Amino acid sequence: MSILIYLIPMALLLGLAGLSAFIWSLKSGQYEDLDGASRRILLDDNDEQDNNAE
Amino acid sequence: MGQHAISDTSRFHSEIEPGYEALARRNENGQCELFVLVSGVHCAGCIQKIESSLHHAQGVRQARLNFSTQRLLIVWDGEARRANDYIKTVEGLGYGVRPYAPEGEKEETEKQERFLLLCLGVAGFAMGNVMMLSIGVWSASAETMGVTTRDLIHWVSGAIALPAILFSGRPFFRSALGALSAGHTNMDVPISLALLLAGGMSLFETINHGEHVYFDSAVMLMFFLLVGRYLDFRARKNARSTATDLLSMLSGFATVIDGDKTRKVLIRDIREGANIRVSAGEKFPVDGYIIEGNSEIDTALITGETLPREAGRDDEVFAGTLNLSAPVTICAARPADNSLLADIVRLMEKAGQGQARYVRLADRAARLYTPVVHTCAAAAFLGWWLFGGLPWQDALMIAVTVLIITCPCALGLAVPVVQVLATGRLMKKGILVKSGDALERLARVDTVLLDKTGTLTTGKPELESRHDQDKLPLAASLASHSAHPLAKALSGSYEGALPHITAIREHSGKGLEGLYKGGTIRLGSRAWCGDKEAPATDNPELWLHIAGQKAVPFFLTDHLRSDSPQVISELKQSGLKPIMLSGDRQAVAEKIAKEAGIEKFYAQASPIQKSETLEELKKQGCSVLMVGDGLNDAPVLAGANVSMAPGTAIDMAQNAADIIFMGEKLQPVHEAYKTARITQKLVKQNFALAVLYNAVALPLALGGFVTPLIAAIAMSGSSLLVIANAFRLRFMP
Repeated sequence: MSILIYLIPMALLLGLAGLSAFIWSLKSGQYEDLDGASRRILLDDNDEQDNNAE
Repeated sequence: MGQHAISDTSRFHSEIEPGYEALARRNENGQCELFVLVSGVHCAGCIQKIESSLHHAQGVRQARLNFSTQRLLIVWDGEARRANDYIKTVEGLGYGVRPYAPEGEKEETEKQERFLLLCLGVAGFAMGNVMMLSIGVWSASAETMGVTTRDLIHWVSGAIALPAILFSGRPFFRSALGALSAGHTNMDVPISLALLLAGGMSLFETINHGEHVYFDSAVMLMFFLLVGRYLDFRARKNARSTATDLLSMLSGFATVIDGDKTRKVLIRDIREGANIRVSAGEKFPVDGYIIEGNSEIDTALITGETLPREAGRDDEVFAGTLNLSAPVTICAARPADNSLLADIVRLMEKAGQGQARYVRLADRAARLYTPVVHTCAAAAFLGWWLFGGLPWQDALMIAVTVLIITCPCALGLAVPVVQVLATGRLMKKGILVKSGDALERLARVDTVLLDKTGTLTTGKPELESRHDQDKLPLAASLASHSAHPLAKALSGSYEGALPHITAIREHSGKGLEGLYKGGTIRLGSRAWCGDKEAPATDNPELWLHIAGQKAVPFFLTDHLRSDSPQVISELKQSGLKPIMLSGDRQAVAEKIAKEAGIEKFYAQASPIQKSETLEELKKQGCSVLMVGDGLNDAPVLAGANVSMAPGTAIDMAQNAADIIFMGEKLQPVHEAYKTARITQKLVKQNFALAVLYNAVALPLALGGFVTPLIAAIAMSGSSLLVIANAFRLRFMP
């Protein structure tokens, strides 16, 4: 059962990583425009790349 | 007298600097930020057009359009004054831009939604991890897992579950505390009790090396409840609630004349006595009177009339009405807050408040449910402890099981899931349901009030068939040079080559004049160029006069929507009573009512009389659906049990209505009603399922045959069953 000493913290760390990713996505506003997001997948993103490349 | 509208307006526009720089803010990086509302955005293409054209503009760092709220954020380097160029860019693409007035309530809703999501995320994390640990304990037996290992797992579970309960349980705790401090209970009281008791008892067991540890049940319960809560929240939230009420009407700019200069001033800052320039095609920002210029005014917003009214010096004008033909200067009689428009809005708000607050089905069920659950749980605890001879820990565990197994998951999900699905289904058909309980109210309706212009009819005048075919191209060609509604309707009904006419002039309030093959031709009112002896008609008309010939009339009428009669008869078949309301004259109203197949109608009804008709109906015990599109309908829309407005309705009416439908047809009215009936049927079935489940599970839990874990699984199972039943909506016609 001593394997649990490693496995439990590892599982928890993975879970926490997922949770923090979720909290980050929530804080950075990715859930604020779900309707828009479903439409944006249809767009070519060349324009934004151009802009970022500047 | 006659003014040339086009040159006049353009002269004034070139002097005006829109004042958007005043609304820009500096962020922490020294960049400028501006939020504006963009109207007319309806697809991915729009998002791309606006964002990419801004990205190519000089200095722009970021341009992001939020499709749900129609809010555009622009971030740029350099001077605040660039804001005006950016706004012009967007306007140049053909979209309307208004300053964004932040509204406290809306921001609050967004914050609340984010909070619920955060709680849901944390609960999901906790559930996953605690379950993972629990599976180890369940599958192990006393031989394979020692007490120490089990305790370790329990401690780890507790370390995850307890903070998670305290964090993610807050939406329930807050609501429960709120209810308790107001002296009554709600659905969240037993939920909070179950969460806290299950968590507390499990901690107690863990400390005492016991095996009755149910952190998993508590967290799972919480997760499912939060899912229901989030869905419910989304169903209730006003979909696409663009800030299109009075606030936004008053949040634009007006051109104020200050000595010999003009400047742009926020409408809400206009003071009494200010001189304001209103160009052709612009809305009057405040109530006032004309001090210079002659024009025609589209008063449809206030009166519902489609025909424009002539106005000259000293004539009164009202905020929100549209200046049609020539620029005028007005003197503000009142600040914007006191305009007639604002008064109507206040009447509307009062009507909305007067509407008996509808108690949602789920809330009524919860009212019955909570006392029963509390009593059962308390009885289980006391009964087993005092009379059953169990130690208090075990008795309390049975009480917790009762709380968990009767958990209102099914209740909490029964309504929102069906509503979210029904709303989505209607959305695909171009019907936008703004509030979750609108469908519930719609299903109970027995009377339908319909406005005439713009609801039963298309609201756009169209050319009648009886006219002079030969002269039509000439009339259409002349009409195409004017923005007047009748002229637009005339030119719109002709498709073909337009004869070339030169030297066209628009005479304000009279008509158009031009040269054709050397002769003067005129198109306009009967008084100006028509045949004064011809018999009067009910319909709007335009006369074409060619020098040396007899004038010919073109009649225009407002046609019924193509499917109005059919929809009315369908509504009647469904057992609803249609009544028509109109501000129009008796004869016109009667004709339209007859064509649509409506027996009962009220003609020449003012906004106040419309409200009174509604009150009368409600007094008789009718449950009323109002369908209307004008500001004059807005108080009735707000006061009716449930209301619908076409997408062409004015913003105010769309705001007052619960449901908005798109397209040229009236069919959505019946479609929405049908869907509401189906929704209600499914909701009731779901309640029946939930009650049945409780009837079986509760005695078992009371008898102590169920552990909290099995209770949590049974509870989740019943929730899934309810969700599955809701999805049957997808397969219904």
